[in-house]
Amino acid sequence: MGMTMTQKILAAHAGLDEVKAGQLIEADLDLVLGNDITSPVAINEMKKMKNQTVFDKDKVALIMDHFIPNKDIKSAENCKCCREFAMRHGLTNYFDVGEMGIEHALVPEKGLVVAGDAVIGADSHTCTYGALGAFSTGVGSTDMAAGMVTGKAWFKVPSALEFVLTGKPGRWVSGKDVILHIIGMIGVDGALYKSMEFTGDGVKNLSMDDRFTICNMAIEAGGKNGIFPVDDAAVEYMKEHSARPYQVYEADADAQYDAVYTIDLSALKPTVSFPHLPENTKEIGTFGEIKVDQAVIGSCTNGRISDLRAAAEILKGRKVAKGVRCIVIPATQDIYLQALREGLIETFIEAGAVVSTPTCGPCLGGYMGILAAGERCISTTNRNFVGRMGHVDSEVYLASPAVAAASAVTGRISCPCELE
Amino acid sequence: MKANGSVFKYGDNVDTDVIIPARYLNATEGAELAKHCMEDIDRDFVGKVRPGDIIVAKKNFGCGSSREHAPLAIKCAGVSCVIAETFARIFYRNAINIGLPIIECREASERIDGGDQVEIDFDSGVITNVTKGESYQGQAFPPFMQGIISAGGLVSYINAK
Repeated sequence: MGMTMTQKILAAHAGLDEVKAGQLIEADLDLVLGNDITSPVAINEMKKMKNQTVFDKDKVALIMDHFIPNKDIKSAENCKCCREFAMRHGLTNYFDVGEMGIEHALVPEKGLVVAGDAVIGADSHTCTYGALGAFSTGVGSTDMAAGMVTGKAWFKVPSALEFVLTGKPGRWVSGKDVILHIIGMIGVDGALYKSMEFTGDGVKNLSMDDRFTICNMAIEAGGKNGIFPVDDAAVEYMKEHSARPYQVYEADADAQYDAVYTIDLSALKPTVSFPHLPENTKEIGTFGEIKVDQAVIGSCTNGRISDLRAAAEILKGRKVAKGVRCIVIPATQDIYLQALREGLIETFIEAGAVVSTPTCGPCLGGYMGILAAGERCISTTNRNFVGRMGHVDSEVYLASPAVAAASAVTGRISCPCELE
Repeated sequence: MKANGSVFKYGDNVDTDVIIPARYLNATEGAELAKHCMEDIDRDFVGKVRPGDIIVAKKNFGCGSSREHAPLAIKCAGVSCVIAETFARIFYRNAINIGLPIIECREASERIDGGDQVEIDFDSGVITNVTKGESYQGQAFPPFMQGIISAGGLVSYINAK
């Protein structure tokens, strides 16, 4: 029986010729990742282990991104714990203030993941790297601790859903709209325990940034991982960012999928997720006026350079509406610098937006844009759960950077096409 | 191994942000996290929960973030077991890895109400609703996962290898 792309990568990392859905395996890891929230817990767990050596100092990455620059004393203690651990173990890939970025934008940018890799990260959005044709999935801190020491993790081999993408997205439709559409279609547990494998000739019409965004939110459908085939665009990206050799795996022609969905990208419209679940999606134009108090453009989902370009295109020569706070957060230092060179930062500031150093900050209600009771935010982030960005009586609406920027200008959730 | 307690009942998609809001994630100790467990979905939970009590929910319990702080907060609040129709996959792994017993059982998830007295036999997977006089068959763990739980979590399991 044929294997899916994910199953082939897992089989290779478990030293097996074949794996089947449901089989329990132990796989070798190419990268073990953690951040300033999850790593301290993992470091404490590691202290309980007999063996306290990291398996490979080049294959453990600690990225300080959630609450830094430190938002309070406890966050400072957590980062100090990570920093000392990284020093003690001589970790090659430790990223702190000045070098850091939001982990899931930074890891591909630094070339730490390439096609064919198997990666775990103590952060649910670790599934992002499927865009490069790697198997990557989120785990908890104890799994991270075990991975740091053994270089291995246990997995139940997932079955898969296939999403056959056709056509070309329209003017204001991005990867965010594609994944919100899919989550709206299958629900927040529609891919529970499963892989989401994206195929079809529409893939070539999606930029690498679009693919990162799509894989990033696989977890929001309950998925174990999301994965794209490795095409010329992916190869070009890896050559630009990494010196590591990559391995291309392809699904067998007779691979089994639990379900196959065909999605015509040209038929999609800008899509918004209403509170308080990512599956509560509505196409723009199908709902009435929704005023917003804040717009956030950033995060591991949508803080990449093409996201900032899309937002700047709309904000150029316009002003953020009176009474709306617009917060722009480039995801990495390189993206920040590139945006500066392209004049995007100037555009944001002239429009009345603020620009922050890279941080996960407001996405999870940490800091840098917390909502009060009754406030509403249009956000390019990934979750709109109760209390996610602040008070339990606040609301988060998820959308693309273009929609968030247009909404910042009009003061209500808006299609960028309204401003043309 | 058995559990016995009073039930706190919740619905579908109980996410990790309501189990332990991110504003408390600057803490790592279970006892500190437990003080805020379920705060954004049930303000009364922390005041009412007694050692041994059981959480019963519907689909996709623990969806969202990978924070191990979520099962840790539940465990340290004194909860002896979480029963749900399904669990989000990272929460499922985390619960096993830190030694918080969880059981998937659709019937129990549908039939059990808040306040019911429930007993769970982890060896057989049988869930007994003392209040209603009913029992339900929960899904037992595969031997590999049972091995991790029996060892007391992933760290002990690896140490024993």
